[in-house]
Amino acid sequence: MTEASVKQKLVVIGNGMVGHHFLEQLAARPEREAFEVIVFCAEPRPAYDRVHLSEYFGGRSADDLAMGKIEQYRQWGFEIQLNDAAVEIDRDNRTVTSASGIVTDYDRLILATGSYPFVPPIPGHQHEKCFVYRTIEDLDAIRAAASGARSGVVVGGGLLGLEAANALKALGLEAHVVEFAPGLMSVQLDAGGSELLQNKIQDLGVTVHTSTATELIEEVDGRLRMCFKGERELLTDLIVFSAGIRPEDKLARTAGLAIGERGGIVIDESCRTSDANIFAIGECALYDNRIFGLVAPGYTMARTAVAQLCGESSSFTGADMSTKLKLLGVQVGSIGDAHGRAEGAAAITFVDEQSGVYKRMITDADGKKLLGAVLVGDTGDYDQLLQYHLNDIDLPEHPEQLILPTAEGAAPALGAGALPATATICSCHNVSKGQIVDAVAGGCCSLAEVKDSTKASTGCGGCAALLKNVVDEELAALGVEVNNHLCAHFPFTRQELFHIAQVEEITTFGELLEKHGSGRGCEICKPTVASILASLWNEHIHKKPHVGLQDTNDTFMANMQKNGSYSVVPRVPGGEITPDRLIVLGQVAKKYNLYTKITGGQRVDLFGARLEQLPEIWRELIDAGFETGHAYGKSLRTVKSCVGSTWCRFGVQDSVAMALAIENRYKGLRSPHKIKMAVSGCTRECAEAQSKDVGVIATEKGWNLFVCGNGGMRPRHADLFATDIDDETLIKYIDRFLMFYVRTADKLQRTSVWLENLDGGLDYLREVIIDDKLGIGAELEAQMANVVGTYQCEWKTAINDPEMLKRFRQFVNSDEADEKIVFVEERSQPRPARQEEIVRIAEPA
Amino acid sequence: MNQVAITRTQWLPICQRSDLVADSGVCALVGDAFAGSAEKKSVALFFIPGQETQLYAVDNWDPLAQAGVIARGLVAELDGELTVSSPLYKHHFRLSDGVCVEDESIRLDVYPVAFDGETVCIAVDKS
Ligand code: SRM
Ligand SMILES: Cc1cc2nc3c(=O)[nH]c(=O)nc-3n(C[C@H](O)[C@H](O)[C@H](O)COP(=O)(O)OP(=O)(O)OC[C@H]3O[C@@H](n4cnc5c(N)ncnc54)[C@H](O)[C@@H]3O)c2cc1C
Ligand code: SF4
Ligand code: FES
Repeated sequence: MTEASVKQKLVVIGNGMVGHHFLEQLAARPEREAFEVIVFCAEPRPAYDRVHLSEYFGGRSADDLAMGKIEQYRQWGFEIQLNDAAVEIDRDNRTVTSASGIVTDYDRLILATGSYPFVPPIPGHQHEKCFVYRTIEDLDAIRAAASGARSGVVVGGGLLGLEAANALKALGLEAHVVEFAPGLMSVQLDAGGSELLQNKIQDLGVTVHTSTATELIEEVDGRLRMCFKGERELLTDLIVFSAGIRPEDKLARTAGLAIGERGGIVIDESCRTSDANIFAIGECALYDNRIFGLVAPGYTMARTAVAQLCGESSSFTGADMSTKLKLLGVQVGSIGDAHGRAEGAAAITFVDEQSGVYKRMITDADGKKLLGAVLVGDTGDYDQLLQYHLNDIDLPEHPEQLILPTAEGAAPALGAGALPATATICSCHNVSKGQIVDAVAGGCCSLAEVKDSTKASTGCGGCAALLKNVVDEELAALGVEVNNHLCAHFPFTRQELFHIAQVEEITTFGELLEKHGSGRGCEICKPTVASILASLWNEHIHKKPHVGLQDTNDTFMANMQKNGSYSVVPRVPGGEITPDRLIVLGQVAKKYNLYTKITGGQRVDLFGARLEQLPEIWRELIDAGFETGHAYGKSLRTVKSCVGSTWCRFGVQDSVAMALAIENRYKGLRSPHKIKMAVSGCTRECAEAQSKDVGVIATEKGWNLFVCGNGGMRPRHADLFATDIDDETLIKYIDRFLMFYVRTADKLQRTSVWLENLDGGLDYLREVIIDDKLGIGAELEAQMANVVGTYQCEWKTAINDPEMLKRFRQFVNSDEADEKIVFVEERSQPRPARQEEIVRIAEPA
Repeated sequence: MNQVAITRTQWLPICQRSDLVADSGVCALVGDAFAGSAEKKSVALFFIPGQETQLYAVDNWDPLAQAGVIARGLVAELDGELTVSSPLYKHHFRLSDGVCVEDESIRLDVYPVAFDGETVCIAVDKS
């Protein structure tokens, strides 16, 4: 028997988020070898992140949202048919037929067909300006219809409907929400919460019509008229239906599988349908008469099915449907039995009308256990309440303290230590507290390492704060003293030292060491303090007291190469350079016989300069109008640009001009680590801005700002921070962002790692930078203005100062060159000679 | 260095106090008379004012990085001892005896060095 015939044939129908998770889980197991896998995917592309679908309007492309990749599937040995829906299942012969005519047999079949949006059969609902909100194609169609439109209506005031309304608003439309029920988000919220949410959303400029039933949609003069019960009406340009989802169970139905009364493929705890060879997972599956319209339960089903296929016992027994989210900027959370339907349930409600906060806890009859909760306007208590609910923890004596604003005598916060090992910390990836404890015990000693190893907090991100608590507590419990002292000489963090130096107006390392440190300093604290002092007071790094504090690259304002020679990198802002300047670079390189290379940062690097040649080389460059490129500093490196609207047929803004403005503004800013930026002229993103610490992408209306991207050793995609902002706002945000980073980051921490360790993450960063929650916006801007105002080209200052120039002598007592630096020629340019190529000049006597 | 030889110490002036940089290093070339060798030697001089020993001279050649860069390293106090952290791969060498902290089998030559008024003198053994 050949090996192939031993394999079981596994057919997967549907490649949505859950179908993809199923494949990913299977691929991670050795048992995958036992299966021959074929996937039918009705959509034109493999699975993508539907949960973050709306970000497609915020600058993310289909590629950014992609989860399944064809090459990846191929590598796993899975075959995938795109754009090809399964149309028939023949259970007797165990075959599946696809729309394109492929007939394949199966041993095991997985149904992951998801769900489809329900469109109420209102007369006129088929009009071409009526849409749904589920796929990338749906969003493309909405975007096309929105251009030239004035207003849009969403039918349905649930979670998705509000998200769609937000999208319409972002597309520049006047947005309305029409809801049949008396309140918004009636599944998750009680009446009080829903009313408050409605007020808040109205304040944001979305008109909400509740208790409104649509009876007819008709076209009038090129617009749509919606006629409501009771003779009211509304004129609009497009309509998005978001009136709930229905499980996609057609195939299963015609194949004769058991189907629930109101739809959904019936499954048991092992995720098997009424046919033991067929599993159903995700939103198409009905367990215990319920459909689970969230990814986390779908993922659990996928893991269950994989385990079952591999012969393990694993079961799905329902899932918690608690949610926390931000809708149109309003925080909303709903936990467990939000409506207090349980027998004898009691409620505690806190309402602060002034600041628009509504919180309600549902407890059992004796106020001992938390059955559910509703939070609107402030979800700060969500994590804690959820843990009480999920883990059935006894409530404190005065449970109301849990939702009251903190005051003296408040109930102590439920420490992560109080949670049992079985408590689920991350529901997206089903990571329990126990697994996190194990990861820490196994050697992970930072949040980032735990995330890497357990995948916790890498899904929706909702569990980030709680995860951090658990990790911190575990580290502390293990006696890993989380010693964040800078080094043996300063018992402070970089952030604390920054603060001390600023408040006490300390300007030298010696003074700081004397007042707050001990010993003589080392290669950790010296450059760090030098960087802090530079960020604060921006004095020349060669000024007397600062000499000796810097690493060699900063000291000699050039990057040392492997043989002790240096590289020279003049600044070429935005990568734009005149032919004359380009010629000067060539001439200088030729004169000093420097190896010349175009860098990855859109400029030119000249290698092989001897220490004593640096001042002469720089004098020539400066005379030609060049400035230092700070390639040696923990400071702004380059601002990459694309040609943008000046030349490119797609450009929508002048990306080069913006890159120049930004590079010239922030050049010279000393920071905890290097900073890279880029500006692209349109969403095609030729400048790769989304891999930079600060990325700017032009939009029709202004700029989208991305932050905290990273290439390098651990690439990180930048996060979208603000959309469609004008020049002035852009600069204001970058000023604040950079200064806040400079103030608070750890030594040698890029913005990416800094953000990952920042309590509250991106939302908090937005609050600080955009909403100015800490009230330090003006101060940050002033500090940046000081740095910008005191900029000097360090090389220019140095070549005009004889004292500084003395530093660049190879020998203090001789004009000879270092004979140990030897070059040989390769591809018509010099390169350092290898050890074996160096002929010894003289043998010892 | 095991061979028996008659040596006498000779102090050579190498540079001026003003050539030194406080809390940092500079490099000096010591002539062919040095260490009985025809080879000229690059020596790294460190000036740490306010210490009991304020002058140190060690070989400028970093044997681990294979480059003459020690003088351009950063002076770092490590467990109470003064070291220089070599710029290329950051090995620490003790200023007092030249021993590499990360690998004690590796050592830089060290030389007696002292001020004679404003002049810096280095001691060499001449056979
Ligand atoms: C010259 C260049 C390579 C080239 O031939 O193209 C280069 C060369 C060096 N890179 Fe780089 N990097 C260069 C672009 C990059 C890029 C690409 C980019 O900026 O678009 C990256 C990835 C993007 C990023 O940083 O997010 C990059 C990621 C790194 C890293 C890893 C940083 C990280 O966060 O993981 C290091 C190591 C470090 O900084 O700790 C590094 C460090 C270095 C150093 C400074 C290593 C060193 O200490 O000697 C190299 C010496 C430069 C020199 O002697 O002039 N280089 N380096 C590029 C100079 C760009 C420029 O014009 O300034
Ligand atoms: C805008 C939006 C926001 C959301 N936000 C959240 C959120 O914040 N949190 C959360 O938990 N959930 C959220 N969801 C819900 C989440 O996206 C779904 O729970 C999840 O996508 C379900 O995955 P699935 O694989 O079961 O179904 P789907 O992702 O719908 O995938 C099913 C796939 O099967 C395909 N298919 C159907 N029939 C066939 C056939 N016969 N042959 C081949 N292929 C077929 C479909 O075309 C589809 O590609 C959101 C959904 C939307 C639309
Ligand atoms: S990012 Fe857009 S504007 Fe810039 S070069 Fe590419 S396509 Fe042109
Ligand atoms: S709960 Fe979604 S990432 Fe952890």
